Amino acid sequence: MRTRQTVLATAIALVALALPAHAKDGAILVQSTTSTANSGLYDYLLPMFQDKTGIRVNVVAVGTGQAIKNATNCDGDVLLVHAKPAEEAFVAEGGGVARTDLMYNDFVIVGPADDPAGVGGMTDVEAALDKIAGSGALFASRGDDSGTHKKERALWAEAGIDPTTASGGWYRETGSGMGATLNTGIGMGAYVMTDRATWISFANKQDYEIQVQGDEDLFNQYGVILVNPEKCPSVNAEGGQAFIDWLLSAEGQAAIADYRVAEQQLFFPNAPQ
Amino acid sequence: MAAPAAASGPSLVPLKVRGLGLALGGKQLISGLDLTIGGQGITMVMGPNGAGKSLLLRLLHGLIAPSAGRICWGGHPMSASVTRRQALVFQKPVLLRRSVAANVDFVLRARKGDARQRDALLDRVGLSDKAGQAARLLSGGEQQRVALARALATGPEVLLLDEPTASLDPTSVHLFESIIRDTARQGVRVIFVSHDVGQARRMADDVVFLHRGRVVEHKPAKGFFDQPDTELARAHLAGRLVM
Amino acid sequence: MQDFGEAVGMAVSLVASGDGDLIEIVLLSLRVSLTATALSCVVGLLLGAVLAVTRFRGRQAVIVAVNALMGLPPVVVGLLVYLHLSRAGPLGFLGLLYTPTAMIIAQTLLITPIVTALSRQVLEDLHSEYAEQFRSFCLSRGQIVRALLWDARYSLLTVALAGFGRAIAEVGAVIIVGGNIDHLTRVMTTAIALETSKGDLALALALGLVLMAIALAVNVVVQGVRLTAVRHAYA
Repeated sequence: MRTRQTVLATAIALVALALPAHAKDGAILVQSTTSTANSGLYDYLLPMFQDKTGIRVNVVAVGTGQAIKNATNCDGDVLLVHAKPAEEAFVAEGGGVARTDLMYNDFVIVGPADDPAGVGGMTDVEAALDKIAGSGALFASRGDDSGTHKKERALWAEAGIDPTTASGGWYRETGSGMGATLNTGIGMGAYVMTDRATWISFANKQDYEIQVQGDEDLFNQYGVILVNPEKCPSVNAEGGQAFIDWLLSAEGQAAIADYRVAEQQLFFPNAPQ
Repeated sequence: MAAPAAASGPSLVPLKVRGLGLALGGKQLISGLDLTIGGQGITMVMGPNGAGKSLLLRLLHGLIAPSAGRICWGGHPMSASVTRRQALVFQKPVLLRRSVAANVDFVLRARKGDARQRDALLDRVGLSDKAGQAARLLSGGEQQRVALARALATGPEVLLLDEPTASLDPTSVHLFESIIRDTARQGVRVIFVSHDVGQARRMADDVVFLHRGRVVEHKPAKGFFDQPDTELARAHLAGRLVM
Repeated sequence: MQDFGEAVGMAVSLVASGDGDLIEIVLLSLRVSLTATALSCVVGLLLGAVLAVTRFRGRQAVIVAVNALMGLPPVVVGLLVYLHLSRAGPLGFLGLLYTPTAMIIAQTLLITPIVTALSRQVLEDLHSEYAEQFRSFCLSRGQIVRALLWDARYSLLTVALAGFGRAIAEVGAVIIVGGNIDHLTRVMTTAIALETSKGDLALALALGLVLMAIALAVNVVVQGVRLTAVRHAYA
C-alpha cells in the first residue's frame, strides 16, 4: 500500500536524521572554561593541533565547577580549567591521571570610568575589596562555583569580609558565566572581577576600565588533566594525552604565547620544562 | 450496487420493541413503548417536537442504550452486529473534510466494501459529476445525498432516516425522496422520521405516531391519513398539535 | 539602541556573504529541530488522538499533567537528558552526549507534551462532531484515530509549528546536552548565547534576526500549504 510505504520511508529517514552523523572518529572532548573559550584561544590553537595530528578537538565551555563535575561523570577526555585546589582534589579522588601547570594570566577588577568606590590604580586587591565593600558600590560576582568565583571568594576571605551577608544588596551574584556576568555588571554599574583574557576580548565594555590589577594574589593559573581512563573506560586516553603533550611541548607553549587579541598577549605559558 | 437486504443471515425484520423506556437526566423521555414493524417498505415515524422520534431512532440503531425494555431485530437483541447491518442518515449531515468520492471511499474501505461500488453509489444519488469536489462546500441537498450515498455504501438491510430533508429546498427534497423510494423497492427496510405531514403522505407504507414517548397509533398509511383513531393524531394531521 | 541598526546590517551581510560557518549552524539548527518536531509528532499525535477518543479512569488527570508539561523548562529537560546520557548515567554506554542526537532527544522530550496537548484538544473537538456518525459506521478505535488525524491534518500542521517554534527557539536544553561544540553541536541559539557572553551583542542580535527569518520562512511554507488546502476547501 502506498501510504504504508510512505510511512516506512519517513520512519527510516527520521531515524537516520536522529542518529549521529558520523561514527566516533578519534576526536577528543575537552571540558574547559568559558574564559579560555570566549577569548578565542581554542579557535587559534586547535587548527594547529589538528593539522599536525589529525585529531579533532571538541570543546565544551562551562564554568570550572561544572567542567570538573562533567569530567567526574566521565563526560570528557581532557580537563583544562583554573582552580588548582579543586583540580588537585579531582586527581586525588582518582578522576584524573595527573595535573600539570599549563599557562597563566591574571585577574583584574573592572569598574565604571567614574569609579564610585575610588579604587582606580590600586595594586592591593584585598584593600581594594575592602574599600568597595565599605563604599556601598555594587559588586557583581559570578556566583556559579567557577574557577573565577572560587578565586574571588578566596580573596574576600583574605580581606576578612563575608560579602554574602550583603547578597542581593551591594553584592550581586549572577550565577552565570564570565561574559554574562560582565554584561550584567556593566548594565548595573557594578565592579566585576574577571580574568584579563576575557576582558581584553570582551566586546561590550562600554565605559568600563580596569581599576585594580598587578597584585600577585590575582595570579590565575590554568592546569591540564587527562581524565582517568581506568575509572572511565570511554576516555580516549591516546588522543587526550597527545593533546596534553602538544600543549606542554615547546611548540604548544610557543603557540599559546603567540595568541594575541588587540595586540595584547592573553595567556602566558608556564609548563614545567 | 450496495448489497440489499438479507445479504448476511436471517433478516432483521420483524422489529419487536417491548416496554422500551429511556430516562436522561432524571427525565422520562420514553416509557413503555411497544412497537412491531415487519415486512417491507417505508415506515414513517411522526409526532410533534419532543415526542421522542429521534431518540427512538437512536435506540433502534444502538447509539444509545435504553433504561428499560427490549429491542429485537429479527430475533436478535440490539448489538453492534445489528448496528452494522443498519445505516442512519442524520438530520444534519456530518461529512468528512474530504472530497465527495473520498467520503464514500472512506465507508467502503472501513466496512470492507467493494471499492468499485463508489461510482455506482454516486450515480445513484446523482452526484457523479461532483465526485472530486470538497464535500463540505456542496449545497445542503447535495451534502445530504453524500450522506445517503455513504449510508448505502454500508449495504444496510435497514435504513434509518432522522428528518434528513428538514432543512432542504423542495427540489432537493423531491430528489432525496425518490432515491429513498428506489432503495425501499430494492428491499431495504426504511424507517423514516419526519414531522412533515406532506412528506409522510408521499412516502409512507405505514405510520407510527408518537406522543410523549409512547406509540399512540401504528396503522397502514391509508388508514392513518384517512381515519386516524385518536384525537391526538387528528390534531397533528391538522397542524394543531404543539407538544 | 545603536546596536540594533548595526545588527540588522550585520544580519543582512552575514546572510549575503553565505558564510560557511553560519550555513553549517543554520542547517544543524534545522536538522535538530525539524527532526525533533517530526519525532514528537509521531508520538504526540498518537497520544493526543488516544486521549481524545478514549475514556478511562484518570483521563482528566493525564490531560492536566500533559497540559502542565507544556511548561516544562528546557533547562530541566536538558538536565534530565544529561543525567541519562552522561557516561556515568544509565544510557552512557551509547556515547550520545554532546552529539546532535542528544539534542534531538532533548528537544523531542521538550515539545512532545506540546504536540500531545494541543492535538488532543484539536482532535477532541473534531471527534465531538464526528463521534455519533462514526458509531453509526461501527468504526474501530484505530479507524477513528486515523480518520481524525487525517481530517484534522491542517490544524495539526499548526500544532506541529507550535512545537517547532518552541524547539528552534530554546537554548537551555541543547546547550547542556550538546555542549555548544563548534562544528559539531553549535546551533543558532547556542551561538547567540555564546556571542552574548563574549559581549558581541550586535553579532548575537544579528544571529537572532537570522533565526527569526528562518522560523518565519518555515511558517510561510507551512501556511502556504495550508492556504492552498483551504482554497481547495478540504479544511
